Amino acid sequence: MALCQNRRDFIGIAFGGVATVGGILALGAMKKSWDPLPSVQSAGFVTVDLSLVAEGEMKTLQWRGKPIFILRKTADTPRNEQRDVLVGEKVFTLVVGLCTHLGCIPYYEEKSKVFKCACHGGEFDASGMNTFGPPPRPLDIPPFKIEGEKLVLGEEGMEYKKIMAKKA
Amino acid sequence: MAEIRQADGFSDWLDQRLAVRKFMKVMMSEYWIPKNINFLWAMGVVLVVLFAILMVSGIFLLMYYKPDINLAFDSVNYTIMQEVEYGWLWRHMHGVSASAAFLIIYIHMFTGIYYGSYKKGREIIWITGMILFVAFSAEAFSGYMLPWGQMSYWAAQVITNLFGGIPVIGEALVIWIRGDFLVADATLTRFFMLHVVLLPLVIILVIALHFYALRVPHVNNQASEVFDFDKEAMKYLNGRKKESKVVPFWPVFLSKDFFVVGVFMLFFFFLVCYHYDFAMDPINFEPANNMKTPAHIYPEWYFLWSYEVLRGFFFDIGGIAAMDIGLMAFGFANVAFILLPFLDRNTQHVAPAHQRPAFFVWFWILLLDMIVLTVYGKLPPTGSNAWIGFFAAIIFLLLFMALPIITKIEAKSKGAQQ
Repeated sequence: MALCQNRRDFIGIAFGGVATVGGILALGAMKKSWDPLPSVQSAGFVTVDLSLVAEGEMKTLQWRGKPIFILRKTADTPRNEQRDVLVGEKVFTLVVGLCTHLGCIPYYEEKSKVFKCACHGGEFDASGMNTFGPPPRPLDIPPFKIEGEKLVLGEEGMEYKKIMAKKA
Repeated sequence: MAEIRQADGFSDWLDQRLAVRKFMKVMMSEYWIPKNINFLWAMGVVLVVLFAILMVSGIFLLMYYKPDINLAFDSVNYTIMQEVEYGWLWRHMHGVSASAAFLIIYIHMFTGIYYGSYKKGREIIWITGMILFVAFSAEAFSGYMLPWGQMSYWAAQVITNLFGGIPVIGEALVIWIRGDFLVADATLTRFFMLHVVLLPLVIILVIALHFYALRVPHVNNQASEVFDFDKEAMKYLNGRKKESKVVPFWPVFLSKDFFVVGVFMLFFFFLVCYHYDFAMDPINFEPANNMKTPAHIYPEWYFLWSYEVLRGFFFDIGGIAAMDIGLMAFGFANVAFILLPFLDRNTQHVAPAHQRPAFFVWFWILLLDMIVLTVYGKLPPTGSNAWIGFFAAIIFLLLFMALPIITKIEAKSKGAQQ
């Protein structure tokens, strides 16, 4: 009788153990099935020719599905040493064009030199610093690299690391 | 095994195999409902009817809908709306009944709050009901994404981004939920799966639990009177129907419910045929564009109150970012109702709100505050609008913090009287 009971216990524990391990592995598989696919993750690197951006112009392009704003500052636009991207004499603001509040796309108002978000009224200055409303932080700067007059998005170059170091 | 006899008819044949007569008694003809109720007690059955309409219209839409970002918009706006015979009817019924379901859910909820039907044995009914509210919200949100218009896209963008507010894992979690760095094809297809399979399954299961949870503590009544259901049922079965305080679910209770459902259906089909546009935002008739945000983003009317709680906090307080306060308030707003049975500290006392003076005031302030939040949730958050939204959100939070105190005082004064 005692032996019989032990056997049943053993079978119960063995079953429980196998089921637990199987369950955890299955959850892992389910989690991974929801991950972004490799083709999505490796969504390439974008190269932009900065010499084509005129003074005062705001260019929008797409990188990994996100809008990227490239603004070439005019002489009277306030500078921001912490965040400005310098290419020779030219001064650029380079940011991810998603409001840091909830991810809407702000628009650039040339007259006031302000990025405005229509969703919840957030505002950023021409360097992407949050100046009004709910956005909790300045517009993000995407990883980039400068090669002569060319800008490569997705790679972390010297200039990018410098800006990140200043922030920290 | 039971002895199987030669059946004397089809129902007897079934009864011997499935015990259908017993089953009908338990579920219908001897399931007892109090007499002292009003039309507000019919909302549950109205919701069942609406859920059935959603299932049927959904099945027809499912036959032509394509969950692919290149095909979705046209499969809805061209194939279903213009090619499929009566496709417009299924779509408008589906959209309008989703919206109407929330209206009825709110009435159902506030009826429960008013008559104290959430406590003293009825906690599980209330909690499963609130889980259903959350599941319906997820169902509505995932369904809203499917036509892949501008509002679909940007609602998806904003709502999935909310998970980014969770510390540490937030950013990775958002990408995981979307299956991409942005709301994209992977997002559409997985939310389609949630909308047509997983969430409906969950909803059906929780509805079953919600109904079952009603069986033991029984339906509440207008006077919140507690009585012996078995005794009253015996009176009814012995022919003293007038004297009994209960009626059977079928045919007596349901016949009145069907009348209410009939009146409601007139209103419903009036909306479907003549005012379907309230459930069809014009911005959503422009295909999704991830590079262009619409000027104003707002959810459907039934989410406006919690949306306004989210954005009501538009400035930093004490070093905490406005966005984080908003997110915390939003999180609280969404669980506050679930906790209601435990926030009410006068646990042993069930009475309609008009017999609980302080609670009565609390109830109407809550209802008014939610209407204010709903109205201002739709308006652009500028100038005085932002401040009204801010104070309405604060009042909402304060109401739920005040409830334990109010009900505690109520419990004490009741105790003193006795």
